[in-house]
Amino acid sequence: MAKLKELSELREQIELCVKCGGCRAHCPAFGADKQEGRVARGKIALADALLKEQVDLEERFLLDMSQCLLCGSCYSQCPNKVHTEEIVAATRREIAKRQGLSTFGKGVATVLKHQGLMNLLAKGGGAFSKLLFKKVPEQSGLRLRFPAPFISSDRTLPPLTSKPFRERHPEVIPGTAGKPTVLFFTGCGINYMYPDSGEALLKALQFLGITVIIPKDQGCCGLPAVSAGASATVEQLANDNLAMLRKHQYDYIVTACASCHSGLTQIYPNMGAEFDTYKEKVRDIFVFLVEQGLPERLAELPKAAQQLRVTYHDPCHLRNHGITKQPRAILKALPQVAYVEMEGAGSCCGLGGTYSVYHYETSKQIGAKKAAHIAQSGASLVATDCPGCIMQLQDSINHAGGQQQAVHILDLLAEALP
Amino acid sequence: MLEQSILKQLEEICGKDHVTTATADLICYSYDATQRQYRPDVVVHPGSNEEISAIMKLANSARIPVFPRGAGSGFTGGSLPISGGIVLGLSRLDKILEIDEENLVATVEPGVVTEQFQQAVEKVGLFYPPDPASLKVSTLGGNVAECAGGPRCVKYGVTKDYIIGLEIVTPTGDIIKTGGPTMKGVVGYDLTKLICGSEGTLAVITKIIIKLLPKPEAKKTMLVLFDSIDGAAQAVSAIIRGKIIPTTLEFMDGRTLDCVRKATDLQVPAGANAVLIIEVDGDREFLDKQAAKIAAIIKPLGVVETRIAETPEQSEALWQIRRSVSASLRRVNPDKFNEDICVPRSKVPEMIRKIDQISDRYAIPIVNFGHAGDGNIHVNIMIDSKVPGQSEKAEKAIAEVFAGALELGGTMSGEHGVGIMKAPFITMELSDAGIDYMKTIKKALDPNNILNPGKMFPSDRAVAPAQS
Ligand SMILES: Cc1cc2nc3c(=O)[nH]c(=O)nc-3n(C[C@H](O)[C@H](O)[C@H](O)COP(=O)(O)OP(=O)(O)OC[C@H]3O[C@@H](n4cnc5c(N)ncnc54)[C@H](O)[C@@H]3O)c2cc1C
Ligand code: SF4
Ligand code: SF4
Repeated sequence: MAKLKELSELREQIELCVKCGGCRAHCPAFGADKQEGRVARGKIALADALLKEQVDLEERFLLDMSQCLLCGSCYSQCPNKVHTEEIVAATRREIAKRQGLSTFGKGVATVLKHQGLMNLLAKGGGAFSKLLFKKVPEQSGLRLRFPAPFISSDRTLPPLTSKPFRERHPEVIPGTAGKPTVLFFTGCGINYMYPDSGEALLKALQFLGITVIIPKDQGCCGLPAVSAGASATVEQLANDNLAMLRKHQYDYIVTACASCHSGLTQIYPNMGAEFDTYKEKVRDIFVFLVEQGLPERLAELPKAAQQLRVTYHDPCHLRNHGITKQPRAILKALPQVAYVEMEGAGSCCGLGGTYSVYHYETSKQIGAKKAAHIAQSGASLVATDCPGCIMQLQDSINHAGGQQQAVHILDLLAEALP
Repeated sequence: MLEQSILKQLEEICGKDHVTTATADLICYSYDATQRQYRPDVVVHPGSNEEISAIMKLANSARIPVFPRGAGSGFTGGSLPISGGIVLGLSRLDKILEIDEENLVATVEPGVVTEQFQQAVEKVGLFYPPDPASLKVSTLGGNVAECAGGPRCVKYGVTKDYIIGLEIVTPTGDIIKTGGPTMKGVVGYDLTKLICGSEGTLAVITKIIIKLLPKPEAKKTMLVLFDSIDGAAQAVSAIIRGKIIPTTLEFMDGRTLDCVRKATDLQVPAGANAVLIIEVDGDREFLDKQAAKIAAIIKPLGVVETRIAETPEQSEALWQIRRSVSASLRRVNPDKFNEDICVPRSKVPEMIRKIDQISDRYAIPIVNFGHAGDGNIHVNIMIDSKVPGQSEKAEKAIAEVFAGALELGGTMSGEHGVGIMKAPFITMELSDAGIDYMKTIKKALDPNNILNPGKMFPSDRAVAPAQS
C-alpha cells in the first residue's frame, strides 16, 4: 500500500538545513519579493516550528507554505542536499490533515485576497469551461492544477482535445521483433491537452521499431495532488497506477512529461518498496531515445534547407534529476533545427502545480524573466519536455507580446522523421 | 511584545504591508548562518533612508533595540535580534543607482546582492573584486558591515578597500554622508573606514559608493598537489617573493583532501597532502608566462602534480575540488563550528600543526582550508552535537585555536567578524584599553545602545527595555 511520509518523519531532512541561505540564489518563489518566508530556508524553519508547536496555522504561515513551486531548485544547489520540496509537500499534507483540504484552499484564497493578488477568479474561463472539464476525471492533474473557479481569464490555455489521446489507440501497438517493448505513461497533459505530442512520440518509437503499450486504465501521476497536499488522492492514484503497471509486460516505462517522470521516480518510491522495481524501468522519452541511438539515426537524415532557431527550457523536474543533456542531444541532431542555448535555461518557468493558480501574479513575474531570456536568445521556438512548462512558457511569451512558440521536442522530432 | 502604539507608528512610517508581527515572520527573521535563533518582536522592511531615520528616532525614544539585516548569511550572528526588538530588513533597498564608467565609481543601495552587482559592472567591462564565498546571496550592505573578504583578497584587498563613501543613518536617526565619489578626500575623520566592519553597531548603511577597476582580460587557473602542507606554504612565500601576486592562492590541508576523496569522484592522488589552487589574471598573452614561471618556482617544493586549465571548463573543474569541500565535511560529522582565523602567511604550516595537535588532544576532527595568500585559515571543528560533551569540547578547542593564532601574531577573525559568536573571546585579542576606546565610540554615537546591541562587546547585552 502506498503511503506518503508524515512531516514528523522528515525531521532528519529538516535538521540537515544549516541556514546558510544558499537557496536564496536559486528559489524562484523568493525572487519576487525577497521575503524570507518564501525561500527554502524559511519554509524549513516554519516546518520545524510547526513540528515543535511553536506556530499555528495562521494566515502568514499558510501563505508562506503555499509559496513554493516544488521545483527542487533549492535542493539541486543546496550544499547539504535538503529536500525542501518534500518538506513543503509534507507540511501541506499536515495542513490539509488539520484543517481539511478545502479549508486550506479557502484559507489560501482568503489570504490572497488580503494580499491583493486575488484577481484570479474565473470570468468564464474559455477553454476550461465546465462542459469541457466534464471529460476530465476528477483526480486528473488538470483539475487539480486548475480548479475551475481559479482560472484567470487572461491566461493562455491550450484547448482540451475532443478525443483524448488514450482513446485514439489500441492498448498495444506492435513493433519489430527483437526490439524492446515500452509502456507509455501519457500523463494528463498529453492525454487531454497535447495529444499531438503523444502522436509524435508514437511516430518516433515506431520509427525505431519499438512496441508500445498505452494502458487505458492509467491515471494521473499525482504530482499536482502532492502540491495541493491531498494525500489520500496521491495515495489512491499511486495504488491504481501500481496495479496498472503490474498488469502489463514491458522493458521500459516512458514519460514525456517532467512531472510524471518525477512522480514515478521520486514520489512513488518514497511510498513503498514495490515501486523501486518499476523505478528502474522509467525513462524520460529523450533519455530512452538517446539510449536507443536515435541521434545517430537522425544524423543520417538530410539537413533541411531552412533551419529553425530553437532553444531549450529545462523543466525543473528533469534538471534536478540530472537530465539535461539528452533532450538537447536530440534537438541538436534534428535536421531542421539550429540550436541556441538561452541564458537561464535551467531556471523555473513559474508554473509549479497549484502555485500558478493561487499565485498567478508571481507566477507571471517568474515567467516574464523566462520570456525575456527566450526573446534574447533569438530563437523562434522554445522546445521542452513537459506539457505544463509548454503551457506556462506560451502564456509568458504571450504576456510579453512575443512571437515565439512553445513546443514539445517531440513535435519537432515528428516533423523531421520520414 | 511591543506596545500597540509603537507598532502603529512603525506602520505609519513604513506602510502596513511592511511591518509584521506574524509568528511565521518572526520565525523567519530569527536566524542566520550561525543556526542560532532569537525572535524579534517585529520585522520591518523600510523602503527609504527617511523611513529608516524615522524608525531610529522612534526606537531611541522608546528604547527599542534595532537589528539591521541583509541576507542573514553572517557566520557570527551579527543580524540576530538577541534581545527582541526590531529586525530592520534591508531587502527593499536593492537598486544599483549608478555605474559611472567615466569615473569608475558605482553607487548602490545596501540590499543589492553581491554577485548581481559584480555581473552588472562586468557587463560594462568593469570589476568589483571582493568575492566572499557567499556572494550569490550576501548583500553589499552586509559585506560592508562585516568588511567581507574572499579568495581574491590576496591581490585585490577586502571590501573596505573599495568603499569610498557611504550614506548612513546614525543610531539617533540623522542621515549623513561619509566620504564621496572622489578617489581622494581627507576632510575630517575617515568615517567610511570606521563604518566598514562595524557589524551594524554604529550606523545603518543606506547607500554605498564603490570604487571599481577595469575588468582583467582573462584568468588562468592551476591546481598544484603537494606532499605536505609545508611545501604548499613555502610555495606561497616563494611565489610572492618571486614578485608575482596571484589573484587567488587557496589551500586545503590533508584532512580536507580526505573528505573530498571520500565524498566525490574527483581524482586526488594518494601521495597528496595539501593543495593550492592558484589563479592569475590580466592580459591573455602574459598569463601563460606567469603560469610557467609559477610552476618553475614551486617545482622543488614537494609538488606531486600540477594541473593547468586551458579552458574555462577545465578551470571550473579545478575549482570544483574546492567547492566540493563544504558538502563533503558533513561526512566527517553532522555539526560544525566554522572559525576563520588569520595568521601571517609564513605561519600557516605552524598554525595547521597546532590545530592538528588540538584536534588530537580533544579527539575531534578539525578540517582546515582557506586563503593561503593572506594566511586566512577556515578552521572547521566537526562534532556531533547529539553526543554528550562534544559541544563543550568544541568550545574549549575553539579557545585554544584562537590562542594559537594570537601567539603567532594573528587574529581570531579574518572575515566573519565578532558578532555574538566571538564576543566571549574578544578580550583574548584586544586589550582593555583598546576595548574601552571602541566602547567610547559606540557610546558617543549610540548613547542608548539601540543599534545592534550585544554584538562585539558581550557585557553590553542589556538594553533598558521600554517594551513590556
Ligand atoms: C556559505 C557561506 C560562505 C561565506 N563565505 C564568506 C567569505 O568567503 N568571506 C566573508 O567575509 N564572509 C563569508 N561569509 C559570511 C557572510 O556571508 C558575510 O559576513 C556577509 O558579508 C554577510 O552579508 P549579509 O547580507 O548576509 O548580512 P547579514 O548576515 O544579514 O548581516 C551581517 C551583519 O551586517 C549588518 N548589516 C547588514 N546590512 C547592514 C546595513 N545595511 N547597515 C548596517 N549594518 C548592516 C548586520 O546587522 C550584521 O551585523 C559566508 C557565509 C556563508 C553562509
Ligand atoms: S536549504 Fe540548503 S541551501 Fe538553503 S539554507 Fe538550508 S542548507 Fe542552506
Ligand atoms: S522547491 Fe523551488 S520554489 Fe520551493 S523552496 Fe525550493 S526552490 Fe523555492
